Amino acid sequence: MQLSTFLIQLLNSLQYGMLLFLIASGLTLTFGVMGIINLAHGAFFMIGAYLAFQFTRFWGWPLPAAYAGAVLAVVVLGACVERTVLAPLANRDHLDQVLVTYGLILIFDELAVIGWGKDVQPAEIPALLRGSIHLTDMVVYPVYRLVLAGVGLLCAVGLYLVVAKTRLGMIVRAGSFDRSMVRALGIDVAPIFSLVFGLGAALAALAGVLAAPILSVSPGMGDKIIIIAFVVVVIGGIGSIKGAFVGALLVGLFDSFGKILFPTVSSLIIYALMAAVLVWRPRGLFGKTA
Amino acid sequence: MRSVTVVAAAAIVAMLAAIPLFDSPYLTTHFTRILIYMIFAMSLDLLVGYCGLVSLGHAAFFGIAAYTTAVLSAKAGMANILIGLPLSMLAAAIGALIIGLLTLRTAGIYFIMATLAFAQMLHFLVNDSDFFGGSDGILLLTGFRATIGNIVLLDLGNAATRFYIVLVATVATFVGLALVARSPFGRILQGIKSNEQRMRALGYPVARYKLACFVIGGTLAGLAGHLYVTLTSLADPSILDWLHSAQVLMMVIIGGLGTLIGPAVGAFLLIELIDQSAELTEHWKLIVGVVVISVTLFARGGLVGLALALRTRMFGLRASA
Repeated sequence: MQLSTFLIQLLNSLQYGMLLFLIASGLTLTFGVMGIINLAHGAFFMIGAYLAFQFTRFWGWPLPAAYAGAVLAVVVLGACVERTVLAPLANRDHLDQVLVTYGLILIFDELAVIGWGKDVQPAEIPALLRGSIHLTDMVVYPVYRLVLAGVGLLCAVGLYLVVAKTRLGMIVRAGSFDRSMVRALGIDVAPIFSLVFGLGAALAALAGVLAAPILSVSPGMGDKIIIIAFVVVVIGGIGSIKGAFVGALLVGLFDSFGKILFPTVSSLIIYALMAAVLVWRPRGLFGKTA
Repeated sequence: MRSVTVVAAAAIVAMLAAIPLFDSPYLTTHFTRILIYMIFAMSLDLLVGYCGLVSLGHAAFFGIAAYTTAVLSAKAGMANILIGLPLSMLAAAIGALIIGLLTLRTAGIYFIMATLAFAQMLHFLVNDSDFFGGSDGILLLTGFRATIGNIVLLDLGNAATRFYIVLVATVATFVGLALVARSPFGRILQGIKSNEQRMRALGYPVARYKLACFVIGGTLAGLAGHLYVTLTSLADPSILDWLHSAQVLMMVIIGGLGTLIGPAVGAFLLIELIDQSAELTEHWKLIVGVVVISVTLFARGGLVGLALALRTRMFGLRASA
């Protein structure tokens, strides 16, 4: 492999990994703090992408307004879903959670079809970020993908600081370790649940907004990425932000280099990676031990 | 089994057996498909309902058997189900043994995701490989038969013959699983579901029992997968998709897990719900989604649970004992 190919694949890994991290972090927080498996988390990603597309393309909003509007709308939607459907599921077993959130996927996917049709929508890269830059004489890389990786990295750092340094983060960490103990210590968990869930929805929507121009915007886009985000979460250990970050980078690396090195089996490499990690450590790399 | 249940079951089987008499190929084929999904749902019920193993990758074994059947037929011209059926079930059993050995090290949500990961691996394996026909899958042009030597015993090209073979397989699966559930083995599985620690403390080799349960469930899913190909003449990657695993899990839950008859009814209801709402509107997923959420949130124990609760309310506690 040439050095330039290697560099480009490395950047691709970082960019894809950061995109996955934005989705996986919300997933892992929801599970860690609330104890809920939310398969419908991918729907937030999808709706974010569709709304940003709608706002910029059809309503002609300026870019920052469109992006912020899409993320905010998803947060409001997420809050409604959390209050009505997910909160009653907190004490039910995983099986019920899987089924209810699967039902939500069916509903959101169909709503997307009703709103925008089954076809793939062509979202465009914002004019400002089009074009490529020379990283070295040989290596040319699209600006937009660099920005995407940068935003993801920024969010990761921000999330790390919140989780590691703030009082809220402390409760989140404690919650993912022992939920009932946090409650017993007199902390009102309901608003924290909503806050964490809203944050997770916002990150997924942001991922959707940013990914719209490079992935296809279509009704099933959330279903595909949610499974890969779950792979990330499981590799890292459920409930661990650090794990989600490491898992996202690993999956990014294996996916990008797998496509070059083993093109015929590239799609299944990340699942093989996950299986290998689980055989080695049944609770993921950074999961709490039994 | 109480005599009332036996009579009711016999009546249902008799009614089903009368379906080909209407001489409607559509109706016969439609119910053949429903019966196949009944087998599939009951095989998953053994895992989820009796042993507490929530698998989101059960379609893997359905798919292994389906692809084994299709490959045998397309590449080796093997159209004899007397050989194809055991071979494809064996392939599913071996697949379940390997996947079970690896995934059963995990528990809870990790098990859900691990089973899903293996099913996804198989999905992409067939989807990206020319040998398995890629994303188009393998379409078979010749029908299936049961032959000994040169004598054709049964021709599955005939819709009624096919229906009766599948009906026999469904009844055999139900009776077999009901016997397993009542056997000491089945009781141990139920013990593991309600309290794994205690079963371990009592000295049962829990891991081995779970694996045995996983393999039996996988093998029967293979039976469904084999019959599915004899019906549709097609094995394509969508049968290995995680949405297919989620669908069969829904059948189990809608009907009521841990009851066998519940998941069988659930298979019937979900297929009818999908077909009927697809008839009604192109946006049928909305209807199915709302029904799935409502049943899971409000009808705990599924429809069988609902029926039992209703009976308790009408006839008092004694009746449910």
